[in-house]
Amino acid sequence: MMKKFSFIIVALLLVLTACSNSENSSGSSSGNVTLKYWIWDKNQLPAMQDIAKEFEKKHPKINVKIEVTPWEQYWSKLETAATGNSLPDVFWMNGPNIVKYASNNMLLPINDQIKKDNVDLSNYPKALVDLYTVEGKHYGLPKDFDTIGLWYNKKLFDEAKVPYPDETWDWAKLKEAAKKLTNPSKGVWGIAAAMENQSNYYNTIFQNGGTVISDDMKKSGYDSPETIEGLKFWTDLIKDKVSPTQAQMTETKPNNLFESGKVAMMFAGSWMQIEFAQNDYTKDKVDVTVLPKGKKRAVVIHGLTSVISANTPHKKEAWEFVKYLGSKEAALIQAKTGTQIPAYNGTQKDWVESNKKFNLQVFIDSAKYATPLPISKDTSKWWDLETEYFKKAWGQEMSPEQAAKEVAKKMNELLSKE
Amino acid sequence: MNVMNTELRKGKSGIKLKAASSFKNKSKRSDWFWGYLMIAPTILGLAIFYMWPTIQTIYFSFTKWGAFGNHEWIGLENYKQLFHDPNVLKAFENTLIYTVITVPVGIILSIFIAVFLNQKIKGVSFYRTLYFLPVVTMPAAIAMVWKWLYNSDFGLINEILRSVGMKGPSWISDPDIALYSIILVAVWSSVGYNMVIFLSGLQGISKTYYEAATIDGAGPFTKFFKITLPMLTPIIFFVSIMSLINAFQVFDLILMMIGSTSNAIEETQSVVYLFYQNAFVLNNKGFAAAIAVVLLAVILVITAIQMKLQKKWVHYE
Repeated sequence: MMKKFSFIIVALLLVLTACSNSENSSGSSSGNVTLKYWIWDKNQLPAMQDIAKEFEKKHPKINVKIEVTPWEQYWSKLETAATGNSLPDVFWMNGPNIVKYASNNMLLPINDQIKKDNVDLSNYPKALVDLYTVEGKHYGLPKDFDTIGLWYNKKLFDEAKVPYPDETWDWAKLKEAAKKLTNPSKGVWGIAAAMENQSNYYNTIFQNGGTVISDDMKKSGYDSPETIEGLKFWTDLIKDKVSPTQAQMTETKPNNLFESGKVAMMFAGSWMQIEFAQNDYTKDKVDVTVLPKGKKRAVVIHGLTSVISANTPHKKEAWEFVKYLGSKEAALIQAKTGTQIPAYNGTQKDWVESNKKFNLQVFIDSAKYATPLPISKDTSKWWDLETEYFKKAWGQEMSPEQAAKEVAKKMNELLSKE
Repeated sequence: MNVMNTELRKGKSGIKLKAASSFKNKSKRSDWFWGYLMIAPTILGLAIFYMWPTIQTIYFSFTKWGAFGNHEWIGLENYKQLFHDPNVLKAFENTLIYTVITVPVGIILSIFIAVFLNQKIKGVSFYRTLYFLPVVTMPAAIAMVWKWLYNSDFGLINEILRSVGMKGPSWISDPDIALYSIILVAVWSSVGYNMVIFLSGLQGISKTYYEAATIDGAGPFTKFFKITLPMLTPIIFFVSIMSLINAFQVFDLILMMIGSTSNAIEETQSVVYLFYQNAFVLNNKGFAAAIAVVLLAVILVITAIQMKLQKKWVHYE
């Protein structure tokens, strides 16, 4: 009896150790290492797979396993993984979250590796290198950058006999065109005034000379009249019925409305290029131009990077992969697939040429006068405030002034605790 | 020789006896052992994945969380904040409305369907499958499909209403009716599961009762109310406890169909949705734990009351 029992116990233990082995060292006995790489954009998966394939060719002993988690769940999943000490080896990071992860020692600083391997940081736009430098430590090589453009549906413009938007447009012209393009009997709206910060209202706030957060990240800018005016731009479009209502846009995403010819214009980032290029409806009916001018020209710029988990058992291999992701070669692969504007200087031209149907040069040109995406140490907390109050302003339940002042008050409270 | 023989026999039998009794003891012990070994996976699973997290949650409800698992003890602060938070009160109110409607409506409907599908009608297994399908479908898939059906501009429901000249409401974005739209989906998706349980209950009722009642001249309604319903009460009791607990934990439909950017969310968010929002989006894990503990207490009290009340209306055969 005892023998049988001990046999079972041994068998159980064997199974257990086998499981834990495959979890941790992923078959290191054969010398192979598998790196887990988390990303959030399914549109960019093919480009990332191509890059990983090239990397694996150069490093036959390293495998890269890419996992896509949709944007809506990415950050809660990542934070849960970080809390449970099970971060992937390499993962995408953005501006709003970098300070939080870096200052809590979740990420591996790469200063030494950069020095040892002679990586030249002047190959990347300085603003992006600085974005991922926290207290003098570098955490990532810039992967890409994105700016925002005005996308428009040429077919709807032709039908309404409105000339296409160009660099002469300002806010007034946009509103006027939106009115002409709106056709309730056909269910067509002039523009989608979505409640989105980076794609929409941050741009108009900056164009109106407003701010979202002070330079020292201590004070909210939402109580300034210029900022409020930048929000009103959007709520007025809904009030004038030239945009679908907030309720309609929560039921059907603005992208889907644009992709089915229900809205004629929308602000959208350069990262949408690939989706519009692949969509059967939009691929030859839409184009893009520079954002209309407010008091001045302005646009939000932001870019991603890939960072290494501080606790990865494969620090060396992870750095090799991150270094490759930041290389010119990887940038060119990315550029040719058209997914994202690569950050590596001189490779942007290849991205512009990846799709000649759209006027992609506007995204590169507008980077010259762009403002970085506003961030602080715990950005997500006040992004949540924005959603909570601005959805009421967008839903016409609250005036933009009132919503902005509420956000300013609570945001200042949050910032004082950071 | 003889003496020796008997002695030997005695001794032999003595040994035999001893061996037998020790074997009996051993087998009893090994029975115990095997019994525990067999339930060990479940007990271990329960302990690791239910009991320990419950204890931890109660502990965390007295803490405040920073980034990545750093937390500090703050005593009853979360509970104080909780009872003054209008969002929490509203969430409990929403959950209560949801429960009070889904549970009775769901039970009555599923009894009705179970009785109907217990008849000898053509294609009965087809109908049974049809009603059971939502149970084997993923909740996320159900939410996605219904979200499209409910879409105010392009949804099937409003399209049908339009074709008969009616203007359909904004089912899931109008704060006044969004909760009821969710309730409709919840009832639809729970009816199948309850129906199967009721069906097995119905088939357990002895035919002799009905035969005797027929001889006494009872009609179908009398039979239903005097025989079927009383005989079903133990099952109704079980189903009502289970659906009540389920209803109090409604979450996925609200997350998938309404979402945080909708202006209807304040009017629909349930307690568990608020818990999720605090724990995983806002990272107020201490506050979220306090919400979970209060919800646990509420469910516990209501289930205890149900247990007490069962003597009054549940008939065991």
